[in-house]
Amino acid sequence: MFDTILIANRGEIAARVIRTCKHLGIRTVAVYSDADAEAPHVQAADVAVHIGESHVTKSYLDQDAILQAAAAEGAQAIHPGYGLLSENAAFVRRVQEAGLTFIGPRPEVIELMGDKARAREFAASAGVPVVPGSDGPVDGEEEALTIAEELGYPVLVKASAGGGGIGMNLAKNEKKLQKAIKTSVRRAESAFGDPTFYLEKFIIDPRHIEIQVLADSHGNALHVFERECSVQRRHQKVIEEAPSPAMDLHDGLRAAMTKAAVDLVVASEYTNAGTVEFIVDADGNFYFIEMNTRLQVEHPVTEMITGLDLVEWQIRIAAGEELTITQDDLSIDGHSIQCRIYAENPEKRFMPAPGTITEWDSPQAEGIRLDSGVRANFDVTPFYDPLIAKLISHGPDRTTAIERMTGALERFVIGGLTTNRQMHLQVLADPEFLSGHVHTGWLEPKFK
Amino acid sequence: MAREEVRAHITGTVWKIEVEVGEEVDEDDDLIILESMKMEMPVVATDDGTVAEILVEEGEAVEEDQVLVILEVD
Repeated sequence: MFDTILIANRGEIAARVIRTCKHLGIRTVAVYSDADAEAPHVQAADVAVHIGESHVTKSYLDQDAILQAAAAEGAQAIHPGYGLLSENAAFVRRVQEAGLTFIGPRPEVIELMGDKARAREFAASAGVPVVPGSDGPVDGEEEALTIAEELGYPVLVKASAGGGGIGMNLAKNEKKLQKAIKTSVRRAESAFGDPTFYLEKFIIDPRHIEIQVLADSHGNALHVFERECSVQRRHQKVIEEAPSPAMDLHDGLRAAMTKAAVDLVVASEYTNAGTVEFIVDADGNFYFIEMNTRLQVEHPVTEMITGLDLVEWQIRIAAGEELTITQDDLSIDGHSIQCRIYAENPEKRFMPAPGTITEWDSPQAEGIRLDSGVRANFDVTPFYDPLIAKLISHGPDRTTAIERMTGALERFVIGGLTTNRQMHLQVLADPEFLSGHVHTGWLEPKFK
Repeated sequence: MAREEVRAHITGTVWKIEVEVGEEVDEDDDLIILESMKMEMPVVATDDGTVAEILVEEGEAVEEDQVLVILEVD
């Protein structure tokens, strides 16, 4: 087992990884930028190393600075959290060349899954259903128009190197497709330096359901059930839950989806924690969209219903340990919901809302967990993601989990900052949400 | 001719300036792209007109409501 781990991230996820390290008796090294000098993750770690200016390219994405910090503090492993360098294969190789362990999968599989077109092809070859679309990258606008005609509109233009909705655009007809390609190419070029794009048929009103997987380097692979993440804005998740209410509607859906996810893990010789994402249509057909080769923002709901600590398993697997749990050991206990607290304004088209938190009184109650990266008298700066905290509830059933979440949100005092707290309360009281039957396009039109 | 101030609708940094002084623009054309919390947001022309002044530079930090561009409109 490692003696010291460097956490190459910030905010709530850095604080959360540190918590598990402490529990395992592992010394932690935090890194921070100018803007984060006083941040909770810096205070929580055993040591903290300043790695640069506030902009991510000059700190949290500065591979040299992070590797130097790891060497200076004697870290043997690096936990990347999510976002930032977590799915950067070149960084993983540099970590390994420096003689350190990257807490995540092999760089080859990160590359495979990071290239969405290749990942799609690979999934199809492993027998995992994929959304009908262009088989691989599309060579220019003319070819795109021909393919779109065959698929039927609407179609989605997606950047091959994309993720988190970046470089993704919807086209309802031929004219819109031309515009969507231009926008996607421009965004993909500036964000990833790679303009390659592909097309997919747009599945109308799908749910987003994903499967958590764990696999070790000894050939053991298992799934840790599903998470439903259909409440989204700008293709980003806002509320997640486990288990998915959809599983009650379609016999055999969970078995089929979890099998597909494990098949993909085995075929790609994937190790560590990962998430296989699917969309599911109204008839219970499911299609692979991508695999996230890292810890997911919404991993807590899986932890709440299974009692596992996914970060602990990430660390143990990276250290070469064998999974001591089997598929049969795992079962679903109750229901869990996570509300992402964003510094943003739902009334202003979910626009980011940086500011200073003057008051922060977080609720503590039975079945309530808070993963937070902020506190009172703390500046939420424009430099980073608007996600400031995650409120998670657990109960014996969905109704109780929702009730507990509602109570916690009502008591949650966040002063001085515009957040989506009130929006969460509206969603949790919405008859359609309560019925469990919403889709990925459901939330946004409610807040125009 | 009237001068119209185009303001930042959000605190962030100037990612890109899409126009030049003297350029004619239509209402809703992108003038400046701001970046905040990992999101790019265009600041658009509030009216048809000509770009009279650009008051910021790429990479500069701006506050919500700060004047970014001055347009000359009819």
